[in-house]
Amino acid sequence: MMLAAIDWQATFFWLFALLSCGFALGVLLSPNIVRMAFYLILSLGSVAGLFFLAGAEFLGAMQLMLYVGGTLVLLVFGVMLTARSDSIRMKTSGGEWILAMFIGGGLFLLLLQTLPIQAWCQAPEHTLAADPRTTAEIGLALAGVRLDGRSGYLLPFVIVSMHLLVVLVGAAYLARTKRLAGKEPRD
Amino acid sequence: MTPLFAQITVAHYLAVGAVLFVAGIVCMATKRNALGILMGAELVLNGANVNFVAFGSDYLRPQSLGLDGELIALFVIVLAAAEAAVALAIALNFYNNHTSIDVDRADDLKG
Amino acid sequence: MAEFFALSLHFPPWLAYLLAGLIHCALIVGLVAAGALFFIWAERKVSGRIQDRLGPTRTGGKFGWLQSLADGIKLLNKEDVAPGEADVVLFRLAPYVSFAASYAAFLALPFANGWVCQHVHTGIFFILAILSLEVFGVILAGYSSGSKWSLFGAMREAAQVVSYEVPLKLCVIVPVLLCGSLDLVTIGNMQGGWFTNWLIFHDPFTFIAFWVYFTCSVASVNRAPFDLAEAESELVAGFHTEYSGLRWSFFFMAEYGSMFLVSGLAAILLLGGWHGPIPLFDLLGWSYAEGETAFRLTGYLANLAGCVNLIFKGVVGVTVMIWVRWTLPRLRIDQVMTTCLKYCVPLGAFCFVGVLVWQLLGVPGLNDLAPVTASGPGGVRESWVYRAEGAVRPAVEGESAAVVRPVAEKVEG
Repeated sequence: MMLAAIDWQATFFWLFALLSCGFALGVLLSPNIVRMAFYLILSLGSVAGLFFLAGAEFLGAMQLMLYVGGTLVLLVFGVMLTARSDSIRMKTSGGEWILAMFIGGGLFLLLLQTLPIQAWCQAPEHTLAADPRTTAEIGLALAGVRLDGRSGYLLPFVIVSMHLLVVLVGAAYLARTKRLAGKEPRD
Repeated sequence: MTPLFAQITVAHYLAVGAVLFVAGIVCMATKRNALGILMGAELVLNGANVNFVAFGSDYLRPQSLGLDGELIALFVIVLAAAEAAVALAIALNFYNNHTSIDVDRADDLKG
Repeated sequence: MAEFFALSLHFPPWLAYLLAGLIHCALIVGLVAAGALFFIWAERKVSGRIQDRLGPTRTGGKFGWLQSLADGIKLLNKEDVAPGEADVVLFRLAPYVSFAASYAAFLALPFANGWVCQHVHTGIFFILAILSLEVFGVILAGYSSGSKWSLFGAMREAAQVVSYEVPLKLCVIVPVLLCGSLDLVTIGNMQGGWFTNWLIFHDPFTFIAFWVYFTCSVASVNRAPFDLAEAESELVAGFHTEYSGLRWSFFFMAEYGSMFLVSGLAAILLLGGWHGPIPLFDLLGWSYAEGETAFRLTGYLANLAGCVNLIFKGVVGVTVMIWVRWTLPRLRIDQVMTTCLKYCVPLGAFCFVGVLVWQLLGVPGLNDLAPVTASGPGGVRESWVYRAEGAVRPAVEGESAAVVRPVAEKVEG
């Protein structure tokens, strides 16, 4: 009864939403590449919080583990390897910024047209997170078994695993150390 | 101020997704650092993921996507990781060849 | 506690919750810091004995109990210096990132049946995800110090931690496979009863998986013999070269916190969690039955004993890590990578496949000697197979049900 005094959904939603949007804008506006990487980490971490709030616990943990703890570590490695003192801050000309803002602003206004759609504006009945989805359902779906009659995800799962194998081999080949520094690689 | 204290709906999540998406697009358009462009791509993919999860959540009744929203977002995360690995390999190759990560220097094929 | 603030002191609800949350956070931070103090003292004593000397013996009496406190006070008094080339904001922020990641993972670690800060249903997944964020603190520290020694140390450590995550997670999948749930409370409950029920004794593959998990966890918290990131003889002090005073001690609180966390995880996943070798409280009838929610002093005592049990197992794990550190020489970076990619990953995969086949064929193991007692969720561990079978069979006929059936029949027989 005391817990109902504060709207927890709204509080945490606004917290995570402001963090993720704020840090995304920080990525956009910061000229320093290392700061950009750090803001991106915080932004994607807050997005993981949003996933937890929407009831997708497995996905939230996956976002933290794979995206933030994997992809972004890779990105930060790349930033460290290529960060020289003259390339950490690179400024874009004003004309390009104005053009990009026009396009971005136009796209944003277009996307905002989806907000007033009635079906998506209705408040749900507050039974959220009553029964978060179990991981067993996700595991069964990836193995091709769906309990509610829809199609399973076995084919995409296998395709993605092949894809990851190809990407692993390809990226390792592309980023191999060349024998002689400064020579054009032959491909 | 009413949207601030109203109940959270799918529309709120869509707004967050839109901000992330547009920030990513503008980031891709304006950054000169190749890794900055890659960061924009990550933001775009996350904006789309937020949308998928919102449609798959209980906020959207009765036509919630349910498990499908979460699983599509899962595949997007995996593919984004793969794409980041290849993009990074390309960026490192570019850096090794030109000793600069500035994409404005990539004009060897310029007519 | 929030009710106390709001109702007795008439604070507005948001302030009451904020205060209650802050006090709980401060308590847990205090617990982690006190744990770090204890482990630093233990390290100095154990390393002293291994090296045939006594360790601290003066501060606080014969055993040097207060040595860590004295060190802490000394560190607090140091000048807060940042190097000129450093990116000051990131330099100041990096220790907190490391500490926050290590501390946040304690939120989902259960200390007894139901005694967990936040009961996350994907418990082990969440903890591993948070632990993988600790590497950012290290990278930021290494980069923002503005010195090449720090950067090299940070890159080596990040490469090592990220590489060892793969065999670590392969080994963690093994108990998850046996229990059918990612929830740590469920995994702990399924090991109730006599010590033969501990998952490490389930089959030889889990036994191997425990040792591979332990090796990988030592590598992922950067303890010797995998501690090149802090190698005094090579890199001055690696990524924390430029740190002094309290900021430096945050890195070490994070390190000892992570050591205790991975030892506690090993205990819950494979060593029986909060259950002792003899089911004393179940035989006495003291522990809570399933579904009982009313408070009972004997039940509380049983849970308290479980909590002490888990902390004891965690401390034993940390002591073994300290022992290994002062016994084995340090590995080179190429040796570290070789160990990961050529030994730990194939062993982890081998254990995974082995456990899978063992479970599928229903081969009896040491766990079948004594049944899981009533405090666990319904006796036989393979009950999750029954539940999955029950869910799958009405909806789908075919191979998936057929695969599940032989195990159920074997267990029934």
